[in-house]
Amino acid sequence: MRKTFIHMGAVLGATIIAMPALAQELTFWSWRQEDRAQYEGFIDTFEAANPGITVTQETFEAANYNTILSTALAGGTGPDLMMVRAYGGLENIASAGYLMPLDTEKVPALADFAPSAVAAETMRSDETIYAVPFASQTMLVIYNKAIFDQMGLEEPQTWDEFVTVAQTIKDNGIFPFANGTATAWQNETIVSALGSSIIGTDFYEDLMAGEADFTDPRYVEALEKVKEMSAFFPDGFIGLDYPSSQQLFASGLAAMFAGGSFELANFRSQNPDIELGVFAAPGMSAEDEKLVGLYYDGGYAANATTENSEAALKFLNFVASQEFGQAFADELSNISTVPGVTFGDPLLQEVADLNASAIPYIMLVHFRYGEPSGSVLLQAEVQKLVADQTTPEAAAAAVTEGLKAWYEPFQD
Amino acid sequence: MPQLRLTGRGLWITVLIAPPLAFVALFIVYPIVAAFAYAFYDWQGLARGDFVGLANFHHVLFVEPYASWTRNAFTHNIIVFFALMVLQNGVGFILAYALWRELPGARFHRVAVFLPVVLSTIIVGYLWKLFLHPIFGVVNQSLKAVGLPFLAQPWLGQDSTALWALIFANAWHMVGFPTLVFLAGMQRIPTEILDAVRMETESEWVKITKVVWPLVAPSATVVFVLLFVGAFNWFELPYIMAGLDGSPYGSTDVLGLYFYRTAFGNVSAGQQDFGLGSALAVLIFVFIAAVASVITVRLRAREIQI
Repeated sequence: MRKTFIHMGAVLGATIIAMPALAQELTFWSWRQEDRAQYEGFIDTFEAANPGITVTQETFEAANYNTILSTALAGGTGPDLMMVRAYGGLENIASAGYLMPLDTEKVPALADFAPSAVAAETMRSDETIYAVPFASQTMLVIYNKAIFDQMGLEEPQTWDEFVTVAQTIKDNGIFPFANGTATAWQNETIVSALGSSIIGTDFYEDLMAGEADFTDPRYVEALEKVKEMSAFFPDGFIGLDYPSSQQLFASGLAAMFAGGSFELANFRSQNPDIELGVFAAPGMSAEDEKLVGLYYDGGYAANATTENSEAALKFLNFVASQEFGQAFADELSNISTVPGVTFGDPLLQEVADLNASAIPYIMLVHFRYGEPSGSVLLQAEVQKLVADQTTPEAAAAAVTEGLKAWYEPFQD
Repeated sequence: MPQLRLTGRGLWITVLIAPPLAFVALFIVYPIVAAFAYAFYDWQGLARGDFVGLANFHHVLFVEPYASWTRNAFTHNIIVFFALMVLQNGVGFILAYALWRELPGARFHRVAVFLPVVLSTIIVGYLWKLFLHPIFGVVNQSLKAVGLPFLAQPWLGQDSTALWALIFANAWHMVGFPTLVFLAGMQRIPTEILDAVRMETESEWVKITKVVWPLVAPSATVVFVLLFVGAFNWFELPYIMAGLDGSPYGSTDVLGLYFYRTAFGNVSAGQQDFGLGSALAVLIFVFIAAVASVITVRLRAREIQI
């Protein structure tokens, strides 16, 4: 009797161990609830090309995704495949060893990705890639083409032209910009969308080399210009929150919106008739390179302890492929990070073209690895700046001073 | 000492008390004890690190930038407490007195004053955010309509008005509660006492200060202590109206928001620290428990038994 039990147990155990190898079932977690149907389509394509592997998608609310994912991973019940954030958000999870390390041998296509995209999913401490990046976001100026055409306005080539454009719109009784600064993170967006060309590639390189901090005249000038442009924001804009400013723009009450490329889909869904254009805010002179702010959203990663690592890697190779990138761009109207993807939507193509001249969205990309984060500092200082509570010099000094708490290059 | 046998009455008592006791232990005592324990460890995201003793407490109280964040948030909680003491409990007492005296329309006003209390904080928060909208808000529109355009402000965008706008919204929302409690207290005052007072004086002021106020002391104890706890646990309204960062630039930051940001991170910080967050939670808890106990004992002592 007892022997029978042992036999049965052994058979059962062997079956349980062998089962995954036969079925290859993968779970995939995502925070894009709104893209669920499109992802089902991508998964169908993958499954058709890889018989024997099935992928089950589960979606979670974006705001709580990190908490849910890290809790599940810590408890050993995490998914085989998952979306992960980039930069600091990636490190929270990757540093605990939950993610499968990747390289160009496991996912050859990564070799052709833009270095900045790969860097977004690379942990700084061990210089290892942990995810295949999926989308980039661009900080730029979005404008209402109908209003521009009606007033005979062109995309500005110099800062003075930019001011003239805003003044003309104001004189015609429309808000030049829809932006408000009551929602903290919008302040960071505005600096990148309006100031990237003035900040400039040189400053960015010096900053990264540890040769400049934010008190550098180039950065202070950008803050000064942002302050100057805020005169063209709506009345009482310091009390205007993010959803309100989106509505102002989408309803055609304002002509421009300094923000991220992620707004485009939103504006179109709020107002299907709106005709949108985008440009990079100019530098002081027409010769200055026009730059946008760029960052990467997140990536696809595999669980370090998945039992189906081979199948999981196949999936990661799939999401790094041209075929997937194209489908991602076509169906989700997002800027895929896969190189060589073309965009049917001319607006997206324009954003992708603008991305060729970009500096990173500095605070998010480099200064969210400690407390206080550069983002939190900059947001508060810009709120003060536009409310006349501080000067560009003092704001830049406060940001630099605050970062000294943990950012070593500033400490001496 | 009578022995509690598990038969008859004893069994009944045990059966009835055990589930709630287990419930309280599991959902109230355990989380509090756990949070206490968390506060003494170093945390890497959700992974618990080494035992660090009181380092987390030291960090949130004395190490910059946390020290000034803690001070800033704590100061705002104190302002909120005293402001609401006047705007919510003070006004509540006056309203209760007016309702109790059955001024014309008392019946309608009794309902009207209490109605906002029934609304959820989320609704009140969004409602007031709309009212205070700088361009379309009814507050600024009204000010412009009555010829006072210079008083129209971006209320939630300036450090001078943002916290007060939240306090005002909270008072509007909750003033019905102290009103109701005071009114109940006033209605319990025996008519003989009131008749006796009427023989002595006609002055409403004397009546309020010498008779009504001392006799509603038990009601005052309740609303004062609840306001104290509420003011130091303030979270929902600032979260909805000002956001996690206590916008603009920390001028509406309170301990609740600050704790949440520290423990769970926010969009712009990317860092979460359970250790520091738990240390803050413990400090808030201990502070509230200690002060609330003192207030209760003090206020109880001045209550008069009729």
